[in-house]
Amino acid sequence: MTDVVIAAPILAPRKRFQLIRRLLAHRSFRIGIVLVTVLAIAAILAPLTGIEPSAMRVRFRFRPPSPEFLMGSDNFGRDILTRVLYGARVSLWIGLVVALLSGIVGAVIGVFAAQFRAFDAPVMRLMDAMMSFPAILLALGITAALGPRMESVIIALSVAYVPAGVRIVRASALVVRELDYVQAARIAGASNARIMFHHILPNSFGPLLVHMTFVFAYSILAEAALSFLGVGVQPPTPSWGNIIAEGRDFATEAWWIMVFPGIGISLAALGLNLLGDGLRDVLDPRLKGA
Amino acid sequence: MASEPLVSIENLTVQFRTDRGWATATESVSFDIGDGDCLGVVGESGSGKSVTALSILRLHARGTSRFNSGTIRYDGRDLLRASERDMRAIRGRDIAMVFQDPMSSLNPVLTICDQISETLMLHRGLSRIEARKRAIELLDLVRIADAARRVDEYPHRFSGGMRQRVMIAIAIACRPRLLIADEPTTALDVTIQAQILELLRDLRTELNMAVMLISHDLGVIAEFARRVVVMYAGRVVEDAPVDVLFRKAMHPYTEGLMASMPALDGPVRRLYSIPGRIPDINEQVAGCRFSPRCGHAEAVCLTAMPDLVPVSPDHRVRCAPRTRTTGAG
Repeated sequence: MTDVVIAAPILAPRKRFQLIRRLLAHRSFRIGIVLVTVLAIAAILAPLTGIEPSAMRVRFRFRPPSPEFLMGSDNFGRDILTRVLYGARVSLWIGLVVALLSGIVGAVIGVFAAQFRAFDAPVMRLMDAMMSFPAILLALGITAALGPRMESVIIALSVAYVPAGVRIVRASALVVRELDYVQAARIAGASNARIMFHHILPNSFGPLLVHMTFVFAYSILAEAALSFLGVGVQPPTPSWGNIIAEGRDFATEAWWIMVFPGIGISLAALGLNLLGDGLRDVLDPRLKGA
Repeated sequence: MASEPLVSIENLTVQFRTDRGWATATESVSFDIGDGDCLGVVGESGSGKSVTALSILRLHARGTSRFNSGTIRYDGRDLLRASERDMRAIRGRDIAMVFQDPMSSLNPVLTICDQISETLMLHRGLSRIEARKRAIELLDLVRIADAARRVDEYPHRFSGGMRQRVMIAIAIACRPRLLIADEPTTALDVTIQAQILELLRDLRTELNMAVMLISHDLGVIAEFARRVVVMYAGRVVEDAPVDVLFRKAMHPYTEGLMASMPALDGPVRRLYSIPGRIPDINEQVAGCRFSPRCGHAEAVCLTAMPDLVPVSPDHRVRCAPRTRTTGAG
């Protein structure tokens, strides 16, 4: 073979910057990423308020928002700002884990269903059956069965959101598996597993990624609903949902207990939806140029 | 023809499941590919060229296709009866393939390096770094300028002709003994076509591999192949060395194909075309499959399917009237 002088570095860095640049040029993605990042940083920095989230100070009950209590205090004199920040940790964590878990499980099942036809029909009928329940009702049933804990909420919501992920991945994998480069990989001698996870999955991943950002947002909402109903994260651990649940008895006298965690939920859901919209616009192959 | 052929296809019949039962895509296809040979396979769309090629690699979907009979002998083994594991080892290492459409044959999310390395790491057990070095050499070999830099780019930065070169680089990565090129130049413009053919020809001699070139372009075949197999409606109708075929084609279908080529030196006239169309895969044609379109059809053609008869040691024809009166036409 010909002698070649290799001047370039042996393993050049991947050129992924282009994608990031295109994402940052997208306005709603920019707003979304800023919102989500700010919330995440606020959650991480929660201990900086210097107050225990469940520290009760009876002298300071029902204080309205003021320079001393930025978001007021509740019936036990607990600082709402601190509780909202610690609640963000719980709520965002649940959202993130549910999005990842349901996404990964959905991707694996979806690719299997697309690749092995015998596996396809039974699995998809099962998914249809699961989808026929509203996600929140299914999650409610599962948490009720598993006992009200944070782990049960995560498992319940993951199970509830898997079928949609399976459908999305299966649909795009069915298209991708017929493409020439998959046939080319088979001709190169690649095994089924390699074709599924190296060739089909990465090319069917775009829609799932977008879906996962929405699942993240839905999970935060669903966690709030479950906690509000009393089967979610249990007090005294704060989550956005159970702060609202605890505040509802005092809604007329102390509006701030419910409003601030509510704003947290709205901002998180808004941020993640904008982020997902941006991802969808950029990853959609029909809009891809050059 | 004296020595053992590299690949020997014998009596291959492939069927596909359709709404109306099993449809026969190829029937009793037989031909050999010699070591280092250069075989052209011609025929119109639906004549079974690609089905035959994919059968060699055994890439038809299981469940919706079946091999009814026949053997494909490679290196003393029958590929139709080899295990899936053995087939995986053969694909890419011993037998490689290049497709028609280079725009869709490369995975858009992997770099060129990743895609060339894949076969090398699978079959040769090379490390990432060795494979990358080899990938650059291969890009150089298929004449892509600035290979060391371009190897890390994604396919969307390559033109159609360059992608086809990359496909060829992937195909020859493990020095296969047979390269199947399924209409490798159809999707490219004419000047690029010539370059790709030249590249294939050079690589064939350099690497001493056999090439099976599938095309419906007789010009490409004439330029490239040493021997030609003409297929019609899932059957081999003529098999001859290229000069014999172009000098004295014997099957009326081959004659028709020849007559359909524009002559550069003759007077400009309306181009000949064979009347009718290829029969549908579900259609049952009694007798010779070409008889409905054949200007020379006789009574015998409509009742019995003729056999593929040798008219000389390296020339076989499937036509009852022509082989009865050998040399006529």
